[in-house]
Amino acid sequence: MITPALRVENLSKRYLIWHEHQSGPGLRHALNDAFTGFFKRRGRRRNVEEFWALRNVSFEVLPGEVIGVIGRNGAGKSTLLKILSRITEPTSGRVTIQGRVASLLEVGTGFHPELTGRENIFLNGAILGMSRLEIKAKFDEIVAFAEVERFLDTPVKRFSSGMYVRLAFAVAAHLEPDILIVDEVLAVGDTQFQKKCLGKMEEVSQNQGRTVLFVSHNMGVIQNLCPRAILLEHGEVICDAASTVVVARYLDPESKAGADGVVRRENRAENWLETAWLETAHGITVGAISCREPFRVCFSTAAPREVGPVEFSLRINTRAGQPVFTSLYSQSAGMPLDRLDHPSLFAVHIPGSFLMPGVYSADLALHEPVGAIYDRWHAALSFEIAEDNSAFARYGSYHEIGVVMPTLQWSTQKK
Amino acid sequence: MPLILEAGQSAGLQYWRDLWRFRELFLFLAWRDVIVRYKQTFVGLAWAFLQPALTIVIFSVVFGMLAKMPGGGLPYPLLVAAGAMPWQLFANILTTTGNSLVSNAGLISKIYFPRMIIPGSAVVVSFVDFLVQTVILVLLLLFYRILPDLQVLLLPLFLFVAVIFAFGCGLWVSALMVRYRDFRVILPFLIQFGVYVSPVGWSSDLVPEHLRPFYYINPMAGVIDGFRWALFGNVLTINWTGFLISLTVVCGILFSGIWYFRRTERTFADVI
Repeated sequence: MITPALRVENLSKRYLIWHEHQSGPGLRHALNDAFTGFFKRRGRRRNVEEFWALRNVSFEVLPGEVIGVIGRNGAGKSTLLKILSRITEPTSGRVTIQGRVASLLEVGTGFHPELTGRENIFLNGAILGMSRLEIKAKFDEIVAFAEVERFLDTPVKRFSSGMYVRLAFAVAAHLEPDILIVDEVLAVGDTQFQKKCLGKMEEVSQNQGRTVLFVSHNMGVIQNLCPRAILLEHGEVICDAASTVVVARYLDPESKAGADGVVRRENRAENWLETAWLETAHGITVGAISCREPFRVCFSTAAPREVGPVEFSLRINTRAGQPVFTSLYSQSAGMPLDRLDHPSLFAVHIPGSFLMPGVYSADLALHEPVGAIYDRWHAALSFEIAEDNSAFARYGSYHEIGVVMPTLQWSTQKK
Repeated sequence: MPLILEAGQSAGLQYWRDLWRFRELFLFLAWRDVIVRYKQTFVGLAWAFLQPALTIVIFSVVFGMLAKMPGGGLPYPLLVAAGAMPWQLFANILTTTGNSLVSNAGLISKIYFPRMIIPGSAVVVSFVDFLVQTVILVLLLLFYRILPDLQVLLLPLFLFVAVIFAFGCGLWVSALMVRYRDFRVILPFLIQFGVYVSPVGWSSDLVPEHLRPFYYINPMAGVIDGFRWALFGNVLTINWTGFLISLTVVCGILFSGIWYFRRTERTFADVI
């Protein structure tokens, strides 16, 4: 049997929250408490609230496995990483780690603005746990990766923020621990450099066989890098499975996606629409996809009895429930399907750079053309269109930009 | 051998082993602080000189010339210099170590390493400052044409005691400051107070005999006496009983400091 690189057993972490108007962690309160406590030993009551950031979290990671950790803000991801990287101690439970751990909870930790690029590489390397010799050996590689050769002897306070982040990531990316813990570091730098970082991450995880724990809000990245993922909610693990499944579950808590990412319907009296899934242009089942890539919404139907002619419709809705568009089978085929007398597979091809990044759901229906409905499947799928260098990425918030982002022809002429 | 993380686990031998494993980080942090301090060379160096030089001038004028206190057969500026230098060393170490955890809060909340490295490396900067300042002392010795005797070889011992004492206090203050920022205000006051209860500007001979045992509870009294004796042993004497009292207090502060630091260390990242 293989020993897991990382074993987490019943891990819990409690934080105490003091309420301001009462006792607090300040010196005055401590003295005050000591003083009053001296006179009345009992009845010393503090207004403290408990908060469990993690509760009975258990999982195992095998050597060489790359695992994603997802969850909404406050779900306990950061606390988990902090315990694993030994920054804070658990309240109860136990973690067993085989090998050297390095954590990247923030790039550029310990950079000093007055020091030069060269000096900071050594300092940061040491802070991240590299020895002087290791840093020396990797020095040229780091500098080349960060593309800062000409500024090596300039204090980093004079660096542009892009250069600063590149250098910081470069140092971190050249760590060689057995277990690497990464938190959101990829959301840095310009898009070209982000690509490079992702490439490096892929190289680290796939070619070098390293165990990686990866936290991100970018579902697309999680799916690309991590075969397996863990979903945390309110400090508890609520899903630990293939990342397509976990991503689907994250996007839609009601999701019934199986281990293969395919959503199956429970048995009903007359089942027409049976399964649904999302796949890339290469036929890989996913739960999230880059906004620039084309993808397919696929579904299968049974044929409990022979019917015809039939129409199929797909409706895409935003997370808020606003319909984006509806597409009919007959639009593409020219006419409704003559007869449905055997189980079939359908795929609707949706172009890339069309839907804005965001979370969407898909409704499916099977009905007579302008007539009776045989089967309707509400919110059959939930999926995420992930931001990936879209034209609007630099505008930060998508507020009021729209739901679709078609590339349109613009023309201009002299007036 | 697997690493096991549990509540209250960081205690014990593992910690000291980690401390050794992270020795390079210690050196790098010390090196960073020294470089940053002297980066704008002119200002950095000038301050290292000015601060003790001015103290020596002012104390010599106030205590030696105006108050006409006895110099024990020594030129008064020399007496003050031999008191102000170890005092300055102590005060600097205490200030930098005391503030060190809070000023490195970013590191503490992001990266694991034995936290004692931070106050430890803060000691180094102050010590480098001290080495630079010894030039003042050498200049004064040359000016008054005084050559120390052989007991000057014991000087490092007294320095060591001063450093250990400052480090012990620094452990207390830095750990307390993580939770109680009040110490940021208390610390300068304590140091200012210390100048007057320690024989920086005057000679220990002034203290009445029956008060001596209490007087040496302040370890800086023992250290400064020792420092003066090592330099001018042909003129001054040292009260060894007093020094032993001081030494005992130093050990007490150091070990209790380590104990308190270790006890609170595991919560630093949560409260800082």
